[in-house]
Amino acid sequence: MSELIYQLRNVTKVYDGRRVLHVAHLDIRRGEILALIGPSGAGKSTLLRLLNFLEPPTAGHIRFLDAESDATRPMPFPLRRRVTMVFQRPILLNRSVFANVRYGLRLRGQHDSARQVDAVLEQVGLSPLAHQKARTLSGGEAQRVSLARAMVLQPEVLLLDEPTANLDPYNVELIENIVRALNREQGTSLVLVTHNVFQARRLAHRAALLLEGQITEVGDAASIFDSPRDPRTAAFVRGEMVY
Amino acid sequence: MEFKIDSQIGGSLIDEMLRGLAQATQLIPRRDPALFEIVALSLRVSGAALLVSTLIGLPLGAVLGLRRFAGHRLIVALLYTGMGFPPVVVGLFVYLLLSRSGPLGRLNWSIIPSLFTPAAMVVAQTIISFPLVAGFTMAAVMGVDPQLRQQMRALGATHWQSAWTVLTEARVGVMASIIAGFGSIISEVGAVMLVGGNIEHRTRVLTTAIVLETRKGMFDLAIALGVILLGMSFFTNVAMLYLQGKMFNE
Repeated sequence: MSELIYQLRNVTKVYDGRRVLHVAHLDIRRGEILALIGPSGAGKSTLLRLLNFLEPPTAGHIRFLDAESDATRPMPFPLRRRVTMVFQRPILLNRSVFANVRYGLRLRGQHDSARQVDAVLEQVGLSPLAHQKARTLSGGEAQRVSLARAMVLQPEVLLLDEPTANLDPYNVELIENIVRALNREQGTSLVLVTHNVFQARRLAHRAALLLEGQITEVGDAASIFDSPRDPRTAAFVRGEMVY
Repeated sequence: MEFKIDSQIGGSLIDEMLRGLAQATQLIPRRDPALFEIVALSLRVSGAALLVSTLIGLPLGAVLGLRRFAGHRLIVALLYTGMGFPPVVVGLFVYLLLSRSGPLGRLNWSIIPSLFTPAAMVVAQTIISFPLVAGFTMAAVMGVDPQLRQQMRALGATHWQSAWTVLTEARVGVMASIIAGFGSIISEVGAVMLVGGNIEHRTRVLTTAIVLETRKGMFDLAIALGVILLGMSFFTNVAMLYLQGKMFNE
């Protein structure tokens, strides 16, 4: 049994009196790629924001490493900084590519970070664009900068929110390869939100299906995709509509 | 006949303007001490007022742009009103406050400036320019993608760091707010005239000197001063933009 990095118990999130998420029980293991699949509006992104401690849960507990947080006790800041996220729509700073990637290290007071930044830009294939303005990049390049600025922080956990939605196949493959390498070589734990079942299948060790804010089934990728127990999971992975 | 008079007046006006320009080009290299004094005081008073306005207006604009709270709309409405305040009315208001029998003047505290001093002019100009700095800063901050802050926080920014990042992203607008604040006071005459009194060697600045010279009929000198004011304003703005470019490597 591998070590658990997150333990969620009865985690609920309510916006304006509407319950958008209720996770009774979810464990995330160290070093795994967990895919959260489900239709839009199922609460996937909300769950990611909770895992990034950007918002507290309305009720329930989230245990991360050796600390616990809930509605009143926020996650200690140094621990929060060991998780980061790549968003579906990357918002880059109006500076050079290099300055964008360096940003998170600067926040942590690391000012002599040129070598780390160069190494990560190499990994995502953007070294030639290092001194270009970030605003002039294509969608795929911008998303790779967004991935690089997260990777340079060497996070314990990297959260990916639909990182390849709206990208061309070339960039999708590039990003998937970078993510796979990151997991294999550095042991980074990854939580990937996607509505694309094929992508989840290509990348994930385990998968969970979210429907209307609840997890219907969670398990090894093979069992979720090939022999789902829940009829709704079966319908979703077959590409049928789920209500 | 009428035609002739008109053309004479027109002709003499153009003559005056040309002479003024010529005088401006002579006054500057000659380092006329009286002119130097006036220019220096203009820059000192408006510079100090701009500094105070920026110290108040920038954080205020940032808070209004980043947060929503009870009374937000009222403050914004007051700020917008302040952005269009006539300087002469501000001057009148500060005059009444600071005069010997006014509510502040009668306190006789050393930190409250007396009328007809550069310090009183700084107070009046600060009241004129800080709503501009705050209002334009707020608009610039509101124009930054609201998702940016969340992404910065996900990268590990504290609330302060993410607010600072938003300000630097809005830097073009923030710089414009400071430039607008400067423009509004370096060129205003109503407040400095009332509160400063245009006293030679003490409170005379470029704009009040222009009024005085025009009233005396010294058009060429007035125009020369006007040209110097324009030039000063131009070079100050160039310097501020250069500084912005330097700071952000653009």
